[in-house]
Amino acid sequence: MIENNRLLSLFAHIFLLLGVATVGFPLYYAFVGASLPIQEVLQVPMPLIPGDRLLENMATAWDRGSFGRQLINSAIMATVIAAGKITISLLSAFAITYFRFPCRTLAFWAIFVTLMLPIEVRIVPTYEVAANAFAPLAWLLTVTGIDDLFGGRITANLQWSLLDSYAGLTLPLIASATATFLFRQFYLTIPDDLAEAAKIDGAGPMRFFRDVLLPLSTTNIAALAVILFVFGWNQYLWPLLITTDPSMTTVVVGVARLIPGPEPLPAWNVAMAGGLVALLPPVLVVLLMQHWFVKGLVDTEK
Amino acid sequence: MIGKKVIFRSRGLPLLLLAPQLLVILVFFFWPAGQAVYQAFHLADPFGQHFEYVGLDNFRRLFNSPEYYASLWATTVFSAGVAIVSLGSGLLLAAFVDHVRRGRAVYKSLIIWPYAVAPVLAGVLWLFLFHPIYGVVAFALARIGIGWNPLLNSNQAMALVVMAAAWKQVSYNFVFFLAGLQAIPRSVLEAAAIDGAGPLYRFRTIVLPLLTPTTFFLLVINLVYAFFDTFGIIHAVTHGGPGGATNILVYKVFADGFIGQDLGSSAAQSIVLMVIVVSLTVLQFRFLERKVHYG
Repeated sequence: MIENNRLLSLFAHIFLLLGVATVGFPLYYAFVGASLPIQEVLQVPMPLIPGDRLLENMATAWDRGSFGRQLINSAIMATVIAAGKITISLLSAFAITYFRFPCRTLAFWAIFVTLMLPIEVRIVPTYEVAANAFAPLAWLLTVTGIDDLFGGRITANLQWSLLDSYAGLTLPLIASATATFLFRQFYLTIPDDLAEAAKIDGAGPMRFFRDVLLPLSTTNIAALAVILFVFGWNQYLWPLLITTDPSMTTVVVGVARLIPGPEPLPAWNVAMAGGLVALLPPVLVVLLMQHWFVKGLVDTEK
Repeated sequence: MIGKKVIFRSRGLPLLLLAPQLLVILVFFFWPAGQAVYQAFHLADPFGQHFEYVGLDNFRRLFNSPEYYASLWATTVFSAGVAIVSLGSGLLLAAFVDHVRRGRAVYKSLIIWPYAVAPVLAGVLWLFLFHPIYGVVAFALARIGIGWNPLLNSNQAMALVVMAAAWKQVSYNFVFFLAGLQAIPRSVLEAAAIDGAGPLYRFRTIVLPLLTPTTFFLLVINLVYAFFDTFGIIHAVTHGGPGGATNILVYKVFADGFIGQDLGSSAAQSIVLMVIVVSLTVLQFRFLERKVHYG
């Protein structure tokens, strides 16, 4: 605050209140819709005061899809993606910052380019590889001629479908290296003296990783965990494709299936109740972990 | 590539440490990306069993199709709309939050939360709000004589998906602008104030120029968001319609590949998208590099 300008401050508060109201209105409207019986949600205009059917509508949404199961699937998917990305990134960042080895630069660039292409861009071939994750291996065996030695029998038997599985929901989304670069940048700021001291004390690289690097990285890990959890929870296109069994899909996809079409009594109240259930977990995570969330954002992207 | 002075000596260990990362990206990143390139230059039979090399035919077909240009145009309008609305509101909200003394933390929490809402759910919320029959906004618009039906009117459909997508992105831009604003040294602003510069003048001549790096960075991020992450909004709200008005590129890749089963065209479109996103990334890195030099 540079000067005490009461008028400007008043204006700022009015603007912010209006802004917050605009940002919050869709959620409030959804909440009201979710709490009304169907006759009232279809009234034009819909009442703007909440009713008393929230739990009932949530229960209906729960029954229509396989909501309980889908919530668990979302939680598993988001947690595995966050944990998986963080784990493999911690390890690979350690490898490229603290070691010199042949093809180090190649590995660095191989990981680096994955930053550029989101899964949406290569969606069709990624789906194909998920339908048989051994396809690259089969191709390798055929091209190198190894398979010919066995009369083509190996590639014929190499089948590993990830459709309708947790591996399919998570692995393709783990395959990008955002976290690797965050950790690499962080490792580079750690004084070399620490590694030197660890070496003098006779600690091997893994000991150094576990006792020095990991504890120092906890803030980064927490920040990244929040962002990656939200990222995983909110995935839509990929779970939509990879799962056909409603009990294997995620809650976000489940809610989209609740959007009413042109039926005589469109159950918007149920759709909104389902929507609230699906958006609450990540919203709570962000609000409760706000500090880490902001830190993670500003650190990863810059 | 900057390295460490002190390093551990081992040949096997680093490769072992890299193995999980490399395995995942080889199978689920490089292989599919390579396949996209391969398929873009081939034509598959309907069962996807045999591929015939057709050179640039898929691309030629693409760039001779009016639908593709329509999709390019829809993407341009959509992403420009999302970027302008969400950057503008994000900056204003951040500037005011930075200005006020009381309630800062509360405002922050109230503005941040839409970040955590999945794009597809944002679409569902906004569709409900703007539904031509049941939505309260359609009702209000009808009262003042505007016929609102985004399911039939293409401009209104575009407006609706832009609003839903921008709403979700405002919180993200807000976080960065606020961080950028708080990094501006108070002393500079105080000096200007002592020289008699009013708040608006200070904002225009000091704050905005100092925020250019943040703004440029956010512009790229917002474009990437509008290009790729908004699939769910389109899929839930308009299905690319009405009449292809909101058929943005990423939705078209999906629709042509999975519904139309036209692998060659879908792959060619993937390649075009890859080129777009790589150019955006390179642009951003060049800019950030410059930023490092000039502080």
